[in-house]
Amino acid sequence: MAKVLMKGNEAIAEAAIQAGCHYFFGYPITPQNELPAYMAKRLPEIGGCFLQAESEIAAINMVYGASGAGARVMTSSSSPGISLKMEGISYIAGSELPCLIVNIVRGGPGLGGIQPAQSDYFQATKGGGHGDYRMVVLAPSTIQEAVDLVMDGFDIADKYRNPVMLLADGILGQMMEPVEFKKREAIDLAEKTWATTGHKGDRPRNIINSLFINAKELEDHVNKIYRKYEQIEKSQVRVETYNCEGADLIIAAYGSTARIAKSAIEMADKAGIRVGLIRPITLWPFPRDSFKKWAERDHVKSFLTVEMSKGQMVEDVSLSIEGKKPNYFFGRTGGVVPTPEEILGEIKKVMGGTRG
Amino acid sequence: MKKVFTRPKSLTGKPFHYCPGCTHGIVHRLIAEVMDELDIREKTIGVAPVGCAVFAYEYFNCDMQEAAHGRAPAVATGIKRVHPDKIVFTYQGDGDLASIGPAEIVHAAARGEKISTIFINNAIYGMTGGQMAPTSLIGQVTTTSPYGRQVDQAGYPIRMSEMLATLDGAVYIERVSVHDIRHIARAKRAIKKSFELQIAGKGFSLVEVLSTCPTNWGMSPLESLDWLKDNMIPYYPLGVKKEAE
Ligand SMILES: Cc1ncc(C[n+]2csc(CCOP(=O)(O)OP(=O)(O)O)c2C)c(N)n1
Ligand code: SF4
Repeated sequence: MAKVLMKGNEAIAEAAIQAGCHYFFGYPITPQNELPAYMAKRLPEIGGCFLQAESEIAAINMVYGASGAGARVMTSSSSPGISLKMEGISYIAGSELPCLIVNIVRGGPGLGGIQPAQSDYFQATKGGGHGDYRMVVLAPSTIQEAVDLVMDGFDIADKYRNPVMLLADGILGQMMEPVEFKKREAIDLAEKTWATTGHKGDRPRNIINSLFINAKELEDHVNKIYRKYEQIEKSQVRVETYNCEGADLIIAAYGSTARIAKSAIEMADKAGIRVGLIRPITLWPFPRDSFKKWAERDHVKSFLTVEMSKGQMVEDVSLSIEGKKPNYFFGRTGGVVPTPEEILGEIKKVMGGTRG
Repeated sequence: MKKVFTRPKSLTGKPFHYCPGCTHGIVHRLIAEVMDELDIREKTIGVAPVGCAVFAYEYFNCDMQEAAHGRAPAVATGIKRVHPDKIVFTYQGDGDLASIGPAEIVHAAARGEKISTIFINNAIYGMTGGQMAPTSLIGQVTTTSPYGRQVDQAGYPIRMSEMLATLDGAVYIERVSVHDIRHIARAKRAIKKSFELQIAGKGFSLVEVLSTCPTNWGMSPLESLDWLKDNMIPYYPLGVKKEAE
C-alpha cells in the first residue's frame, strides 16, 4: 500500500480501525482531539460505534463493558484524563480484559500544560491504578512506528488478556509524516469464549469480575496474572540500539526524545565523540538485558538518560545497568523540548568529566 | 402434586448472603421471575454494583459483569453498544447510583441508552456498615450522621427518579416499594415493564425500589418494613415519574 501523509493522532486512529477496532469511547482533551474526531467520522461508516462519554471515568468503564462483551475496543486521552482512567485500568487488568489505551502525554502535574512531555512514565509503567498489575507500554518514536505498534498492541492485548498502553508524547500526536498501513498476516488468537455475549444456553454463563473476597483466592488470581507477565517479559521486549558498537557513551531515550538524541549523536560524531543510543520501544517490559549487555562492554564509559521529564525512566536504566557504569540524567519538562545542541552540550560535559 | 412455588431458572440457586429480612433478596427474585416470564435469560447480560449486591453475579443465572463503584451504567453502555440485540440491566444501590455514580446514570439516561436499571434505595450504605447515603432522610441516624442527618451540614436527600424523569432520553421511570405483598406485585410489574420496553428497543428505563436494611437501620425486619412505609414513602412518593408515549 502507498504511503499517505497523516497527522499522528489520525494515523493512530486509522491503524486501530484497520486492526479491527470498531468501538471507541473517549472524552475530549488536548493534544489528542484529532483522534476521537477521526473515529467519530470513520466508525459509523463501517458500522462501528464512536461514543463521546461524559468523562474519562465513564469512557474507560465503557471500554470495560465492551471488552468484557468480546469487542476489540480502545480509548484515548492525555495525561489528566489518563489519571481519571486509572481506576478503570486497574479493574480491566484485574478482570483480565484486553484493550488499547492511548496516552498522548502533555506536561503535568495537575492541569499542567498542553505541550508535549514524557512525565507520565511512572504512571504508565509502575501501576498508576491500585493493586498488583502491569500494563504493556509501547512507546513509538515515529508515526509509522505508532501505526505498527497500535496494530501489534491489539494483538498483544488479546493474546494475554491485558490492557496495553500506547504512550506517545504530544509531538507525535500533532506532527505529520508519511505512513504506510501494512497488510498484516492474521495471527492466531484464541476465541473469546470468556466474553459475556448472552450464553444462548449453549455454554455455562460467563462472569467478568475482579473481586476475590477470599485472600488465598485473590493471591492465586494475582499469581496467575503474574505468570502471564513472566511470559510477556520473556517474549515481548522491544528495543532499538543505534551506533552502540565502540561508543564511549550511550544515551537512553524513548519516543520523540530518542529522535532528537539521534541528531545530537550525529553532531557528536562530527566532533569526534562516539555516542550510541538505546531506545526502549516497550517501556514495560523494560529492555533490561540490552542495557546490561552494553553496560558490560569496556568501551562504554557512561550512560546519559534523556527525557522530557524530571527523570523517570532514568530509574529503570540505573536498575538495569546495576551500577556497572555511571548513569547521568538530562531532562526538560513542562512541555519544553530539549534541543540536539543542549543534548550535545550534556554529552560533552559527561565526556569531559564536568558532570557530577 | 402441583408445584406452586419454585426457584426461577434465572437464579443460580446459590443461597443469598443478604441479612435476614433484607429486601435485596426479594428484588433479585422479582428480576429473575421477570427474566423467566419473558424468556430472556439466555440473552441477558447483567451488571452488578459495588454495595451489598456486589455478588449479584453469583445469583443471576445469566452472563454478568461486575462494575466499579457507580460505573455500572457506563459498563452496561459498553455491553449494549456491542450487543444491541441483547438485554442489559444494571442493579445498583443508592450509594452506587446516587452518590458516586450520578454522572454515569444521568448520561446513560440522557443518551437514551437501551438498558434497564434497578435502583435499590435503602437510604443507607449497607455494605460498608451503615454510613449516611445521599438518600438518607433528614434526621436519620447513621454512623456518619450520629446526631441525625442535619440539613445545614449534609443537605437534603436526593430524589433520583424525579431528577431522571426530566431527561428526554428516559422512556420510563417508576418508584416502587417492597414493604408488603401488594407493593411487591406492583414492583414486579414495573420491572417487567422496564424489560419489555428494552426488548421493544424503546430507550432508557429505571425502577427505583424502596428497600430495607434492617441490620444498619438497627431494627427488626418487621420494624424495618413499617419504617420504610411510614418514613420513606412520604419523602419518596411511589408511582410512575415518567412514561413516554
Ligand atoms: C471507589 C470506591 N469507593 C468506596 C468503596 C467502598 N464502598 C463499598 S460499598 C459502598 C456503599 C454501598 O452502598 P449502596 O450503594 O447504598 O449499596 P448497599 O450496600 O446499601 O446495598 C462503598 C462506599 C468502594 N468499593 N469503591
Ligand atoms: S447490610 Fe443491609 S442492605 Fe446489606 S444485606 Fe444486610 S440488611 Fe441488606
